Amino acid sequence: MNFDLTEERQMLQDTLRRFLRERYDTATRNQILDSATGMSAEIWEQLAELGVIGALFTEEQGGFGGKGFDIAVVFEELGRAGVVEPFLDTAVLAGGLVADLGNADQLAHVEDIIGGACQMAFAHGEPTSRYDLNRVQTSAKMDGDDIVLNGHKAVVVNAEAAHFLVVSARESGQPGEDAGISLFVVPADTKGVTIQGYALLAGGRAAEVMLDDVRLPASARLGKPGEAFAAIEARVAAANVAQCAETLGAMETATRLTKDYLMTRKQFGRPIGTFQALAHRMSDLLIELEQARSAVINAAGHLEAGRKPREINISAAKNLMGRAGRLVAEDSIQMHGGIAMTQEYELAHIAKRITMADHRFGDTDYHLERFIDFAAA
Amino acid sequence: MDLSYSDEEKAFREEVRTFLAEKLPKDLQDKVAGTDGDGLTKDDMERWHAILNAQGWLVPNWPKKFGGAEWNAVQRHIFEEEAAAANAPRIVPFGFGMLAPVLQKFGSKEQNDYWLPRMLNGDDWWCQGYSEPGAGSDLASLKTTAIKNEEGTHYIVNGQKTWTTLGQHANMIFCLVRTDKDVKQQEGISFLLIDMNTPGIEVRPIILLDGAHEVNEVWFTDVKVPVENLVGEENKGWTYAKYLLTHERTNIAGVGFSQAGLNTVKRLARAEMSNGKPLIKNPYFAARVAQVEIDLSAMSTTNLRIISKAAAGEAPGVEASMLKVKGTIIRQEINDLARRAAGAYAMPFASEAVEGSNAGLPDPLGAGPVAAKYFNNRKLSIFGGSNEIQRGIIAKVSMGG
Repeated sequence: MNFDLTEERQMLQDTLRRFLRERYDTATRNQILDSATGMSAEIWEQLAELGVIGALFTEEQGGFGGKGFDIAVVFEELGRAGVVEPFLDTAVLAGGLVADLGNADQLAHVEDIIGGACQMAFAHGEPTSRYDLNRVQTSAKMDGDDIVLNGHKAVVVNAEAAHFLVVSARESGQPGEDAGISLFVVPADTKGVTIQGYALLAGGRAAEVMLDDVRLPASARLGKPGEAFAAIEARVAAANVAQCAETLGAMETATRLTKDYLMTRKQFGRPIGTFQALAHRMSDLLIELEQARSAVINAAGHLEAGRKPREINISAAKNLMGRAGRLVAEDSIQMHGGIAMTQEYELAHIAKRITMADHRFGDTDYHLERFIDFAAA
Repeated sequence: MDLSYSDEEKAFREEVRTFLAEKLPKDLQDKVAGTDGDGLTKDDMERWHAILNAQGWLVPNWPKKFGGAEWNAVQRHIFEEEAAAANAPRIVPFGFGMLAPVLQKFGSKEQNDYWLPRMLNGDDWWCQGYSEPGAGSDLASLKTTAIKNEEGTHYIVNGQKTWTTLGQHANMIFCLVRTDKDVKQQEGISFLLIDMNTPGIEVRPIILLDGAHEVNEVWFTDVKVPVENLVGEENKGWTYAKYLLTHERTNIAGVGFSQAGLNTVKRLARAEMSNGKPLIKNPYFAARVAQVEIDLSAMSTTNLRIISKAAAGEAPGVEASMLKVKGTIIRQEINDLARRAAGAYAMPFASEAVEGSNAGLPDPLGAGPVAAKYFNNRKLSIFGGSNEIQRGIIAKVSMGG
């Protein structure tokens, strides 16, 4: 047993933490949130230079990490600082799928991503799919040598900024079946692609992506026809590791802010943290934080394992993070009182971040059901 | 024991229903649905006040001699229940429900004759100046000072109030101010009425975490307030403040809001599909809905028990604190269920800061801004005496401390 980070990962964590502490404060983030693009190109470039994106890909893919613990280290720091830039979408999800399945031509995009020059988005969810990964209705039909896509992709994070969309579509079978789903790399300016963007509560932007007779050459297909489901599930598992680690980092910040506030805010002539009713609740948050850290370690440590141990640990982590996250977000706000309800206070964004994580890739209840299904299988 | 309403009460409910069906404007109803009325403008709220005033129902809590309807607690409950079910705007409480009872009990005849008709006519919009940055749960530690000038004609007010709800609409503010620093905290506080247009007052918006502007900071720099605007006696303000806080405690449980919210959750969960079946069939989600429904049905009866007592003339005591705690827990749980039900479509956000971003958020279920509502309603367990303060009161009273 050894729970220490490797020397490389420790260095990455230290560098990243120092950089974000100096460069990414509440005022900076609030400016980014109020901007039209919802992200800072400058921060993106600087973090790419620091190797943040390279750490999310394996050596064979052109990076220097790519394992569960690499992803966890990066995203815990991004979450701690409340970074809203779309690393998860460009690198872990869309870029990861290209790296996993791409041919030589397609792999050239990965190099651009690692260098910070290329943005991507994974257009997968649909208005009626909720969190089910196989409920793909968007269709892909061959027309001569071309492929024609039709459908509606819902809440596609980072779609507006993306140079390329990785789009899932069904070539055969019915929504709800794993077989028959394919992936396509679609340049965002392709005719027939309409992107209707909006801001997200937890920062960043997303869009409804409409695909109306989007005509692509056969070379746009990523991997084999109809066989993309396993790759999608594995990449979403990696995204879940990233998201759980990010939530853990945000929970660290929430508890730190709360602890500081309880020790400094005075009412009735004494620090409010000296009231036992609040002190015990603070203790509960710290206990849940340790649980959350272990759940993230379990998920990250099984990301390279077989499907069942991987998915069972992913669903366990998502369920636990959903429960612990809600407690930490709500109690941190409550113990602060009104100040935490204001947009300009750091906790406001952090609490939203923690809570809204439950709305991507499946919530607490969804993953409880999934955990039971996998455990019984 | 009889859980049914009397014939008289049923007839009253019918009367309320008919009134709402005939007089509640459709556009206000639409704005309130699913949002608790957060999107209402000042005009919207004043329009509804005027409609109620024409009916004689704007101030059901006031005695008849002041122009009120003098409804008992059961009647008020019935009205609030029907109003919530019909998505009627809430009556803005600061003047009608909070200041007026204090004036009626402790104010001079001149003050009542002047301020009450203005309130009913919509001439004044009142806000409340209680909390300060350093005085939240510990309200009695407030520091805003009011010192009489040498002529004895005016108080000079200096300090800062915060969390002033809808202060941006107000032309008048009732304030707790410190008039004596040398006595026990509670004994040096006075109750002042201040015209917001007086030089030296500045209102600054506070934007909440869901982007809403509903509260403000109000700054006072050498603000001159005529001594006629003192309510009751100098240094007795704490007594009046406590009277205000305990007097108007109807609808503290928010049963109507919870009932409306629960109906929305069920509608969403029937329409939303998860894992090949409606979300309402997901056993874990269904269990959450069932549990909150069970809690709500019990609390609804607790609420009625307390209301019946109040209608019979018994003043509610510690039960008000119990209803505040349980009522907010239930409402917040329902807000949590609504955001869960919306799935990924809970994520979009109409940011007021980004121009044009309010245009058409995707909302295939017609759920409305459920996640923003969830975050906004975290305030319910913080304001009006936090749930921790309420629990302290319950413990103190019940354990005889």
